[in-house]
Amino acid sequence: MSKNPTISQPMATSVAPMRVFKISNIFLLAILIIAILCPGFIDNPAHLNVAILIMMAAQMGVSWNIVGGYAGQISLGHAAFYGIGAYTSTLLFSQFGLNPWLAMLAGGGVAAAISLVIGWSCFRLKGHYFTMATIAVVEIVQIIFTNWDFAGGAVGITLPMDKQGWSVFVFDSKVPYYYIALGLLLVTLLTNFLIEKSYLGYYFRAIKDEPDAAKSLGVNLSKYKQIAFAISSFFTALGGSFYAQKELYIDPASVLSTSLSIKMALVSILGGIGTLLGPIIGAGVLTIIDEGTRVMFGGSGRGTDLIIYAALIIVIAVYYPTGVMGWYKNFLARRALKSQNAKEV
Amino acid sequence: MSLEIFLQTLASGVLIGLIYALVAIGLTMIFGVMDIVNFSHGEFLMFGMYSSFWLYSLYALDPIFTLPLTTLFLFAIGVLVYKVVIRKIISAPMVSQLFTTFGLMLLFRGIAQFLWKADFRTVDQSIVGGSLQIAGFQIGLPQVTAGVGAILVTTGIYLFLTKTKAGAALEATAADKDAARLMGIDSQKMFALAWGVGAACAGIAGALLSTFFPIFPEVGANFILIAFVVVNLGGFGSIIGALIAGVLVGVIEVMGGFLIGPQYKLGIVLVLFLAVLMFRPQGLMGKA
Repeated sequence: MSKNPTISQPMATSVAPMRVFKISNIFLLAILIIAILCPGFIDNPAHLNVAILIMMAAQMGVSWNIVGGYAGQISLGHAAFYGIGAYTSTLLFSQFGLNPWLAMLAGGGVAAAISLVIGWSCFRLKGHYFTMATIAVVEIVQIIFTNWDFAGGAVGITLPMDKQGWSVFVFDSKVPYYYIALGLLLVTLLTNFLIEKSYLGYYFRAIKDEPDAAKSLGVNLSKYKQIAFAISSFFTALGGSFYAQKELYIDPASVLSTSLSIKMALVSILGGIGTLLGPIIGAGVLTIIDEGTRVMFGGSGRGTDLIIYAALIIVIAVYYPTGVMGWYKNFLARRALKSQNAKEV
Repeated sequence: MSLEIFLQTLASGVLIGLIYALVAIGLTMIFGVMDIVNFSHGEFLMFGMYSSFWLYSLYALDPIFTLPLTTLFLFAIGVLVYKVVIRKIISAPMVSQLFTTFGLMLLFRGIAQFLWKADFRTVDQSIVGGSLQIAGFQIGLPQVTAGVGAILVTTGIYLFLTKTKAGAALEATAADKDAARLMGIDSQKMFALAWGVGAACAGIAGALLSTFFPIFPEVGANFILIAFVVVNLGGFGSIIGALIAGVLVGVIEVMGGFLIGPQYKLGIVLVLFLAVLMFRPQGLMGKA
């Protein structure tokens, strides 16, 4: 039985992403400019909504990637943080009249604090055990909120929309939501980028690839897993609060489901797990397929969209486990090899 | 809580626990042999339920009589899933294994919804309908049949693993794949067998449940979480562990639901699960 993790070559994995990053530097700037100008060209609010959904999915994926990708702890309980963020900010806003921007930060703080408790108990577990424990956590949180009358129970909560504007974080138009989503995504990406370049990033990758070696060099595994988990859940919760402000309605099914946790992980895996830009690509592809199949087949109510979505997951997991970024890296390596061979001949 | 109610609750907990054990045995067998957690296991149970339902509503055959047919059908599905999909991910990283079986779960639910719609269906006139009166307390006959059936199948699986050559080969593969291969055991065949028997176990559980449980495409979700808990508590790969843990979980669920509130019964089981994992990460019966 393959109990030992396969030993990866640190050289190959640390050199290639740098190269991808450099090539995409120019692309990145171009995409950013296009993203900023985008609402000027899109008049159709439905299309703008898809763009917002892509950025929301990307932000979830980038947040998940911190603990799931870099630190290699496959959490399928992240919907708990998304939901805790959404519920905390919504309750503080609607019941106590707190400014929704502050409420959003408070949601992130609460989620990060709860992640420490969950992490303390779950990080003793490895592999499958950890993943299953995180699923149990989100199911428990869902049961609590479904039966908690103050939080709206199974019916959920509707946010007040009598006032509008930046001070209350409620808008009639999609455009402000678009820019907030973009801003949130950029902040999350920047944090991720700084982590990747700092000692934290090295520790996280060491936990993932060589936990025993890292431990023997004095890295406190639990501590750094906790740090990754807390940062990841903080940003996941901000995404949840944004969802609540955008939809103006939340219930346990929409913000606390295991399928939401899966989506966060899937976005990362599809794009390229443990890469900075992978989740953005994954979010684009997944959201377009998701929305596309829903528009084309969703009306039948017969699960055709689910079948296509599921088939896609299987194909990716079986044939492209390293995602689009992995495929691209492979493609570059093969091309380099080919040109080298051509020179030699 | 009077003694009478206590006994009645205990009995229904044990009976549903036996079904949980049967579902978990299939899961633990697949895991034991090839280290893959099958998230689509609840959907094998769902297919078992639909197989019983359609044979019942189209040909008026009772789920109890069609049990062998359902078993064969699910065995075939299990082997097919292995041959078409799982074979390709045997040595893949855990993330791909996880998401492959997750994808299968969604795929099977989608297929069920596509073929049979999202409606709730029931087998309402089974020969095992009605209830039994034993020593003053009442218990449903379908539940008793299901419990007895689960015991018989579990015993059968146990005998298969300990007394037959194929069973011994399966156990050998689970213990040490490479050593088993050197002894001339074809591990590919053993993996396929594990998937077949595993799926058949879940299918039998589904057939036994179909006489008293509503049938719908997402029904597996109710059982997969419980099955994970049972497998974890019993120790991955252990049949006897799964049986004891299954009954334990069934009793705790029903008792807890009765004392605290039925809406919390899954929550109680999951909290217990996390608590046990914290103190004994290898499970209650697992070896350290």
